[in-house]
Amino acid sequence: MNDKKKAKQIVIISGKGGTGKTSITASFAALSRDSVLADCDVDAADLHLVASPRRIAVNSFISGNEAVISPDICTGCGRCSDLCRFEAVSRDESTGKYFVLPVSCEGCGVCVDNCPAGAIDFPQRRCGEWMISETKYGTMVHSRLDAGAENSGKLVTLVRNEAVNAAEKESADLILIDGPPGIGCPVIASLTGTDYILAVTEPTMSGRHDLMRVLDLAGHFKIPVFVCINKWDINPEITKDIEKLSAEKNAEILGRIPYDMNITLAQIKGISAVEITDSIAAKEITAIWKKLKQKIL
Amino acid sequence: MTIAFASGKGGTGKTTFSVAFALSADDNVTFLDCDVEEPDSHFFIKPEITGNEKITVPVPVVDSGKCTGCGRCAKVCRFNAITMLGKKPLIFHELCHSCGGCSIACPEKAVSEIQIGTGVISSGIRDHISFYQGLLDIGNTKSPPLIKAVKKKGDGASLVIIDSPPGTSCPMVTALKGADYTVLVTEPAPFALNDLKIAVETVRILGIPFGVVINKSDHPFPQTEEYCRKEAIPVLLKVPEKRAAAEGYSSGESIIKIFPGLGDEIKKAISTIKKEAVR
Ligand code: SF4
Ligand code: SF4
Repeated sequence: MNDKKKAKQIVIISGKGGTGKTSITASFAALSRDSVLADCDVDAADLHLVASPRRIAVNSFISGNEAVISPDICTGCGRCSDLCRFEAVSRDESTGKYFVLPVSCEGCGVCVDNCPAGAIDFPQRRCGEWMISETKYGTMVHSRLDAGAENSGKLVTLVRNEAVNAAEKESADLILIDGPPGIGCPVIASLTGTDYILAVTEPTMSGRHDLMRVLDLAGHFKIPVFVCINKWDINPEITKDIEKLSAEKNAEILGRIPYDMNITLAQIKGISAVEITDSIAAKEITAIWKKLKQKIL
Repeated sequence: MTIAFASGKGGTGKTTFSVAFALSADDNVTFLDCDVEEPDSHFFIKPEITGNEKITVPVPVVDSGKCTGCGRCAKVCRFNAITMLGKKPLIFHELCHSCGGCSIACPEKAVSEIQIGTGVISSGIRDHISFYQGLLDIGNTKSPPLIKAVKKKGDGASLVIIDSPPGTSCPMVTALKGADYTVLVTEPAPFALNDLKIAVETVRILGIPFGVVINKSDHPFPQTEEYCRKEAIPVLLKVPEKRAAAEGYSSGESIIKIFPGLGDEIKKAISTIKKEAVR
């Protein structure tokens, strides 16, 4: 098994949301069949809605700690609240004791280390769960972050690493990663160690702007990046401009997908866009997939 | 009064509607673009930018003359931002959460803090809108300190509109915290409904009153409205899909130009929000 080649990883990201990133990832999954899927869009994990997963393993995602003050031991000195830089500690006016607001606690432990009465506990924090599932497209690693939980960057890394393990077990050639939006912590976590990036964008002023941020980020990490433009025909002028700007930043354009209501209809039916075979978008996505496969495999 | 616009998933029209509300409001508005990874609202508000302010966060530095190499700082840091290389602490600023724990813990008082940049706040004016946006530096992983700094710009203003980051994790929570009302923007489709439900859970944990705006409301997916009805979530506004809206959006035109009468509907929604928020 050790002489096997490592599976290639491609992350599909978009900068801004709503460009059709997940629909395209699901389509690639449907076209490739033997890839491992990783849903790293942990804040808005939607891939499972089209992949019809059957969970084979469910695990809690534990990350960091959170401070909990015992009211019985707290003397009300207020040192914790003075030291906490995240405004997570407040005083209960009726009892004079202090308490921690879990959504605000950063888990730094400063209050725990410095409480003169030793009143603060620091238990581990459950932030969500992650799953390995069988889907109609192959194995998928995905997760569910608890509402308002932090550490989504760590969960992204965990999901990716588990996908790498799964790919190794199955000797898969490719890991398809549905990446998070933006360019911050979760995205960077999804990019570290990946082989390729596919940026899905749309021809809007914000789409163009966000794509440039994504391309800069790809440049920062020196990862080869491809671009495809969804709904290209809502603004042909910006489409051309995006193609020009992408070329300047050494990103190869793989194709243009037309505005097509079938992408939403597929979602409503719970299937991937390419499974509506007579749609014009499906044709383009299939062509993009073929090109991509040639480039990376 | 602070109204925050959010959505579990991006691309449902969060920016479109936060801008439309700001443009339609009768009162002066302070608009805060807290989507600091991808601030897009300026394309639609088109403010004249008059100021750029660098925002910094404190991070530790060690005075090697005072450091005895005891390793206390590395031990207390919960984020592994300090590693001991033999007797020398090595600090990784990109991992630091600026908690200050290491400088408190150092018995030799060898750790002090310096300020490093995290992003920029640009400000400007357009008609009745005072505009502020945060832009996170490329390669920076932590947006909450910048989001907090943008939010400070709303202190004392009578009507504040926040365009918050997508998702439901720390950046979104940071943007929403302390708001009087949250507008969740969604569209009738399975992905968006899934994300709406998670956003609703989050806003409930934060204890902020909220309502929903349904964009592209004519999509054949009644489940979204059924969900709102079942959960007794007020639907503030419904706007159908129009290709002209997508085209207008692509070139930075606000949706209120595409749908005549939408401005008045938004004014009504704002007065509903004002009533709901004080309850
Ligand atoms: S652990 Fe840190 S963030 Fe949490 S309450 Fe204590 S001092 Fe504040
Ligand atoms: S300030 Fe806090 S997070 Fe930063 S290095 Fe010191 S202990 Fe670690």
